[in-house]
Amino acid sequence: MTRMRAMTTEPDQLLRRGLASVSHTLAKVLPPILAFLALMAIWQVVSTAGIVPPDMLPAPSRILTSGYHERENLALHALPTLTATLAGFSLSVTVAFLTASILDFFAWLRRALLPLLIVTQTLPLIALAPLVVLWFGFGMLPKILLVAFVTYFPMVVGFLRGFDSAEPEAEWLLRSMGARRWTIFRKVRLPSAIPSFFSSLRISITYAVVGAIFAEYAGATYGLGVYMQSAKNVFRTDLVLAAVLVSTLLTLALYASVSLIERIFVPWLRIEQGGAR
Amino acid sequence: MSAETNGTLEICHIRKSFGPKLVLDDVSLSVKPSEIVALVGPSGSGKSTLLSILTGTLVPDHGEILFSGNVIGERDRPFTYMPQRDVLLPWRTIVDNAGIGLEVAGMGRRDARRRVMDLLSAFGLAGTEDLYPRQLSGGMRQRVSFLRTVIQDRPVLLLDEPFGALDAITRDELQQWLLEIWALNGWSILLITHDIREAVRMADRVLILSSQPGPLIKGVTVPRDIPRDGGFLTDPRVSPLEAELHEKLGLAVRR
Repeated sequence: MTRMRAMTTEPDQLLRRGLASVSHTLAKVLPPILAFLALMAIWQVVSTAGIVPPDMLPAPSRILTSGYHERENLALHALPTLTATLAGFSLSVTVAFLTASILDFFAWLRRALLPLLIVTQTLPLIALAPLVVLWFGFGMLPKILLVAFVTYFPMVVGFLRGFDSAEPEAEWLLRSMGARRWTIFRKVRLPSAIPSFFSSLRISITYAVVGAIFAEYAGATYGLGVYMQSAKNVFRTDLVLAAVLVSTLLTLALYASVSLIERIFVPWLRIEQGGAR
Repeated sequence: MSAETNGTLEICHIRKSFGPKLVLDDVSLSVKPSEIVALVGPSGSGKSTLLSILTGTLVPDHGEILFSGNVIGERDRPFTYMPQRDVLLPWRTIVDNAGIGLEVAGMGRRDARRRVMDLLSAFGLAGTEDLYPRQLSGGMRQRVSFLRTVIQDRPVLLLDEPFGALDAITRDELQQWLLEIWALNGWSILLITHDIREAVRMADRVLILSSQPGPLIKGVTVPRDIPRDGGFLTDPRVSPLEAELHEKLGLAVRR
């Protein structure tokens, strides 16, 4: 009487779909890689041909070799930057989650505070960084705070928007089951916020490393920011750029880990977005 | 509690208006145990308002709802409600979607899962427990929605156009299927629909909510001995009933 209509997938169909997704990924990834390589090649030629003095613009090959020679020193300075980034980021996610949850429960509080939160976004980071160092010293704390500060707002907005994306019908259904506000929040509004949470996580992680480096510029004993500054002071542009490369790699790695976490812990999201049917 | 009203749902003289606009006026109906009552009406006739009053989302201006002769309480209601769209939560697997009503009622997730698993194959959903809603067809999702409704184990089901979003073939299949499951369990059902054929096929009695606020209009009574499966379409008693309902509904809209 009752026929099964769940999706069944034949092996060869699976293979074909796999190949299709590989070629799809290639088509997306290949153009930027080629463009990047072309840009590097031009840079290499411009620098080695002496069109721009190599001291001003060292060739990519030199940046890589100098960076490799300095690898231990770079790692020593990258570690505190990474630590500050992760700590600041954890702090901002936690506080943003708490703020957004409270604002979700109290509409009047939201009306009162949201404009203020937007104003905080207009504060210039350049001016703020030295002040934070002045207040909290040369240690880790000012870096963590600055990272938290730059990533906090997108996270709050991400959470708030996520809570609001909950389907009213789902809330209505749960209410008909006798659920109270807290249960509805936990079972409908909170999970509804997950996609939005991850997209703001990805946006803010790109600010996070920059925030940490900025705080180090303003004053620190270790960190990529400090390293860049001291390399610049002795006119080692190659080492400045090597540090820039490391910070970029850090950001990319963090970005990739966010995507990985999303893939592992939120399997339904890909299904929902039509990634796998 | 008399034997007469035991297990009977009675809706008595409900009135509800939004500001100056009167939506429901003097609406009364009763659903006896194991009875299926269909409520048909044009859109805007207050069907969803009545449902909201039954599920407790809205409070009527006047009137009361009795079950087994007692006025029903704020929380502990004898109904479960099945919405028009399946409203399955995309982050929950099928087993957890079906069991959410149990969780809301305070059951642990593990126990809720066990209860769902026991019923899954009876609902034609065996093997789907770990899938996500998106991975099922519309008809299968509606089965999950129905399982989520009945597993809460209340005597009265409120079905709000449960098959409205489905294609004709799946709708036909699910109507028969629902009647089969109903025959085994004997819940009372209040079915809201705007589909005349669906109303006649499913219900023992069909009532009409007119577009002008006022008491419900008696539609038709459908004898239980009319077959509801494949034989339904060829039974000679069906067409006159549908025609009669059609005419009464037409009058109710124009009134």
